Amino acid sequence: MKTGARILLEGLQREGAETIFGYPGGSVLPIYDELYDSEIRHILVRHEQAAAHAADGYARASGRVGVCLATSGPGACNLVTGIATAYMDSVPMVAITGQVPTSMLGNDAFQESDITGITMPITKHNYLVKHAADLPQVVRDAFYIAGTGRQGPVLIDIPKDVMTTQLEEVPPVGTARLRGYQPTYEGHTLQIEKAVGLIAEAARPVLYVGGGVIAAGASEEVARLAELMLIPITTTLMGLGAIPCDHPLSLGMIGMHGTEAANYAVTECDLLIAVGVRFDDRVTGKIEAFAPNARVIHIDIDPAEIGKNKPVDVPIVGDAKSVLQRILHRLAKKEGRDGWLDRIHRWKEAAAGGAESDVLGPAYILAEMSDLLGENGIIVTEVGQNQMWAAQHYCFRRPRTWISSGGLGTMGYGFPAAIGAHFARPDETVVDVAGDGSFQMNIQELGTVAQYHIPVKVVILNNMYLGMVRQWQELFYDRRYSYTELPPVDFVGIARAYGVDGMRVEEKADVRAALTAAFESDGPFVLDFRIEREANVFPMVPAGAAINEMIGRRQR
Amino acid sequence: MKAHTLQVLVENKAGVLSRVAGLFSRRGFNIESLTVGTCEEPGMSRMTIVVLGDDAEVEQVKKQLNKLIDVIKVSDITERSTVDRELALIKVAADAGDSRAEVMQIASIFRAQIIDVGTRSVILEVTGDTEKIDALETLLRQYGIKEFVRTGKIALLRGSKGAKAQK
Repeated sequence: MKTGARILLEGLQREGAETIFGYPGGSVLPIYDELYDSEIRHILVRHEQAAAHAADGYARASGRVGVCLATSGPGACNLVTGIATAYMDSVPMVAITGQVPTSMLGNDAFQESDITGITMPITKHNYLVKHAADLPQVVRDAFYIAGTGRQGPVLIDIPKDVMTTQLEEVPPVGTARLRGYQPTYEGHTLQIEKAVGLIAEAARPVLYVGGGVIAAGASEEVARLAELMLIPITTTLMGLGAIPCDHPLSLGMIGMHGTEAANYAVTECDLLIAVGVRFDDRVTGKIEAFAPNARVIHIDIDPAEIGKNKPVDVPIVGDAKSVLQRILHRLAKKEGRDGWLDRIHRWKEAAAGGAESDVLGPAYILAEMSDLLGENGIIVTEVGQNQMWAAQHYCFRRPRTWISSGGLGTMGYGFPAAIGAHFARPDETVVDVAGDGSFQMNIQELGTVAQYHIPVKVVILNNMYLGMVRQWQELFYDRRYSYTELPPVDFVGIARAYGVDGMRVEEKADVRAALTAAFESDGPFVLDFRIEREANVFPMVPAGAAINEMIGRRQR
Repeated sequence: MKAHTLQVLVENKAGVLSRVAGLFSRRGFNIESLTVGTCEEPGMSRMTIVVLGDDAEVEQVKKQLNKLIDVIKVSDITERSTVDRELALIKVAADAGDSRAEVMQIASIFRAQIIDVGTRSVILEVTGDTEKIDALETLLRQYGIKEFVRTGKIALLRGSKGAKAQK
């Protein structure tokens, strides 16, 4: 005899889930009882939102499906922001929620919420399991859906009586049976040939690559294509790490806070090779002026992204890795591309330099961090100025070393996601780059890192403002700082109260020593950098402008 | 803006209608009509959805529908040779007298059945394509339409071709 709860855990193990993140409650008691002596490691967070973000960070750092668990009603509802975050960034995740017993469904029972209804628009798919016998196949299908095609979160809602049902015989698990779900991996040969033709002929091509390249593990193919055909590459925020920042063909990031070289190159290119991207408004600015003179090749696993925001000349639905491999097979090496690469070089030169100041600024801290960690380290961020500064000033060299909420822009994401990333890659130094605003959105996770001695390092770029909103108020609302100033907080004191080490840094001269101390510590560490209060993220493309209409210069 | 007719094969499971309807409202697509019922394939239902939009919008509707796991096949049959029908029930004011005779005459021209007769009204049942039902409604309006209900369009491809389950 096996209970539904046991069948669920066996399903999770079968799918390779060895670490899950959760928070107990009334409706999931049977699952927690089975977890008590299960081989699955469960990490107790301090808020369900953190469980979802931790599962997400785990998935992004490892490429495997992350798992989180919460009780019915408020527990399930607290997962919602985390699920939406994963959905927007196509992160493979399975969220498991308890539900009131089937006999009470729809009766407004204690801690009941219609979580399958609530999460319908923010999951790839979801299930309300009404029979324990369905559990094995549902778990198999859920992991299959989450981890294939365009990846995303799947929610499984399980009423409490289904968890306690005893089954004499557990139905066997087949392969995923989904007649309505067959992702396309192989690109269309005719379109691939058209793409090859355009790439061979182009005078001023640019590769524009995003999170899809990371998800497909296609970084190597991107670099090979760039090097073979001498094509400069820009990445989206989600694509950071797809190409080393110091690669000679790298233009840096594109978009609202992208580099001059990237934004100018895309505006002037005659061929845009878009791979695993979705022409998001933060990338394109005014869409009519985005790559206005270019033919567009768009490679994506999701057919709905192709042509959604910008008309495309060569649509290729498929897996980025295999499509790029097939394109590479058909191309002969390009021997020179002097004019175009020279212009790009001049844009890069013009943007470089700038005076260093004596005040403690974010760029300096991130550059020192980048220097200290070198090829090692996973950088997770919160959302706002901290995120953009990290994207601009840290040199990412490998895929899956940059973890950030791009699509939804979820403040409070970074700290719990860093916890998840640690369990996926315990060998790496995991740093959460935070602002004082964002860190306070999930600061309670200090309890989690203390309890399990999780060596996540929190680097707070503390300007006592909700900095990005303040920046917009400065630039576009006549410096009327409406509700964006935050009073000073003794973050080191809070960390210590939880039993976590910390240090406040106010002088530029102390940055390196403080970072070294944090990285050398074998436990969690909070660094509170009191930075220049009104530093801005530059360059910047104002909302609605074309991406070559940038204001401000990058600071050092 | 043009009306497109989509035939959508879906899993016959709880929540499918709400997934489809939710997709339309969330993405701001306009549904003119939607009908759903079981079909020849066991475990599946067939929806006929009439959606208003330009070609690019409807292309996006089709792609987004296809992304739903419970959607098995989406076919745009707008430009294809189909038979389509709607059924409408119309309660028309018709006192015993001239107007009742006229209503009954119009009904007979439209091959509508009179399925209920009251002292001051009659109920007509009519099937046909959307234009026919619109025309009948226009003609009956002068007598006073008390209640009007229609099923929305259902459609099948002509001949032996069909929008079967293989994607």
